Amino acid sequence: MKVLDFENKLLSLYDKINQLKALSEEGSIDLSKEIARIEQRAELLKKNIYSRLTPQQIIQISRHQNRPDSLSLINLIFDDFVELHGDRLYGDDRALIGGLAQIQQERVVVIGHQKGHDTRSNIDRNFGMPNPEGYRKALRLMKLAEKFNLPVITFIDTPGAFPGIEAEERGQAEAIARNLKEMSALSVPIISFIIGEGGSGGALGIGVANKLYMLEYSIYSVITPEGCASILFRDAKKSDIAAELLKITAKDITELNVADDIVKEPLGGAHHNWEVTASNIKSFILSDLQKYKKIKNNKVIIEERYNKFRNLGQFSN
Amino acid sequence: MSILDWFPKKKAVSASGNNKLSIPNDLWVKCFCCNKIIYLKDLNDNFKVCLKCNYHFRLTPEERISYIFDKNSYNETNPNIESVNFLDFKDTRNYSERLASAQKKTSHKSAVITGTAKIDKQTVNTGIMNFAFLGGSMGSVVGEKITCLFEDAVKNKYPVVIFTSSGGARMQEGIISLMQMAKTSAAISKLSEASVPYITVLCDPTTGGTSASFAMLGDILIAEPGALISFAGPRVIEQTIRQKLPEGFQRAEFLLKHGMIDCVTHRKELKATLSKVITMLIPYNKKVNKLQKISGKNIKKDISK
Ligand SMILES: [Zn+2]
Repeated sequence: MKVLDFENKLLSLYDKINQLKALSEEGSIDLSKEIARIEQRAELLKKNIYSRLTPQQIIQISRHQNRPDSLSLINLIFDDFVELHGDRLYGDDRALIGGLAQIQQERVVVIGHQKGHDTRSNIDRNFGMPNPEGYRKALRLMKLAEKFNLPVITFIDTPGAFPGIEAEERGQAEAIARNLKEMSALSVPIISFIIGEGGSGGALGIGVANKLYMLEYSIYSVITPEGCASILFRDAKKSDIAAELLKITAKDITELNVADDIVKEPLGGAHHNWEVTASNIKSFILSDLQKYKKIKNNKVIIEERYNKFRNLGQFSN
Repeated sequence: MSILDWFPKKKAVSASGNNKLSIPNDLWVKCFCCNKIIYLKDLNDNFKVCLKCNYHFRLTPEERISYIFDKNSYNETNPNIESVNFLDFKDTRNYSERLASAQKKTSHKSAVITGTAKIDKQTVNTGIMNFAFLGGSMGSVVGEKITCLFEDAVKNKYPVVIFTSSGGARMQEGIISLMQMAKTSAAISKLSEASVPYITVLCDPTTGGTSASFAMLGDILIAEPGALISFAGPRVIEQTIRQKLPEGFQRAEFLLKHGMIDCVTHRKELKATLSKVITMLIPYNKKVNKLQKISGKNIKKDISK
């Protein structure tokens, strides 16, 4: 697994622990006390590192190549899943997936950006950057959900919508805009999770939700910190400064009332334990599904979502 | 999406801006597109469109009002809403300072002005974006004013006409600026339910968060010739795919060819086109009442006599 720079010290402690364990297995010396002591130190260090991560470090975790992807989380969270393909207009976007899913007795439609874990799978998934047909597939599935009165769950994990010639030709802006409008009026609840990168309009295109939750080390930003830095400082390398300024962490986004709550990650980040991550998300889904089941009037669901976005904005008058 | 796509190639354009030649009385301007020297009065008489190459100069809101709306019919709404630096954003300059100098430069408090006005005696709700104000970027204020405009229209039932010109979201307001995309788009869904017509006039440039929200959601999409209309800016695309972009890529005519907009209309014809479209979209019973009042060129009115 790729080791992040700030994890280095921690890793050397783990190496030491492993060496000692190997020693005590082959020899007659009892090293259990020594091992326990170092393990304790490692735990402390880990807590120390992860309690004061900088936005730039959180970005690294949110983009970690072993971070759980949408399809893997879907398989861990739901009891059953049938993937549905295509936008019925042009093609099937592999950067944005969706389908029917079941969790205990609840049936839902689930949609998510899809990244890969290595170069090959990332190219296959276009690095999680959808083309217009991805957003149109998402809309088709949301309309399907509405027709059969199924709640919609979305997993957000994209650097942004794909900036390409064909994407522009086929109306990337229109596709995203249409989703924003249609999602705002959808008569079934939409529950969204930012599981990694929430990149700008490409994230929002499946993120106009009744409830938005962010994984602890996920980010949500109007522009990539690199892009912001290259505009403001004419230097993409100053992205750490931009990352601070833009307020992109789960904590910041929740304080700004854009996200409703934070989903805890296992210590060290979701990439250390996919199962725990999935189970943390699952409890949020289950509790919200129970809550929304009690709302029989669909207008209440639409109004809740409308008012949430209507009230976002700070200005003087 | 980046405003940077705009500045280095063509500076913010206005005949009264910094493209004056140092000739006494500022009688001449140079066209940004073809470099032709044009007599300022000729340019103004031609709706600020280059006589040589048809380049549509960017307009101030005042110029836009004078070209499109009936004389003295414009009434501004929400003129006093202003941005605040709620993230305490400071890059090479403080956001508050940037706002102050944009306000001074444009004599407007924000990047959009909204209000009601008349086009051939038909009342409309209108928003005019101002690229000269921080690249026409959308933050809380633009989002709020545009949303209020749609809400007004749901109540008063007059059509909405918005002239867009914007580099996208205002990054100095972080995630809150992104949320304005959802907020304005949601307001349009209420407008649709109320069957109030919404016409977008896409002006140069309309990109990023603005194009990917309320700009592309008009019932009718009209573009000015040559306007850049895109999601991602040309420079970002070039950097991503590492190949040269095709000629005329993301220009109004390119979008027309790809089925993304209804028409490309010369500024000279814009008022007449808007007037016709509005007349044809307003529900029939309302239209009949209105037609009694419309003067001049309407043929149906003559029949009704
Ligand atoms: Zn010219």
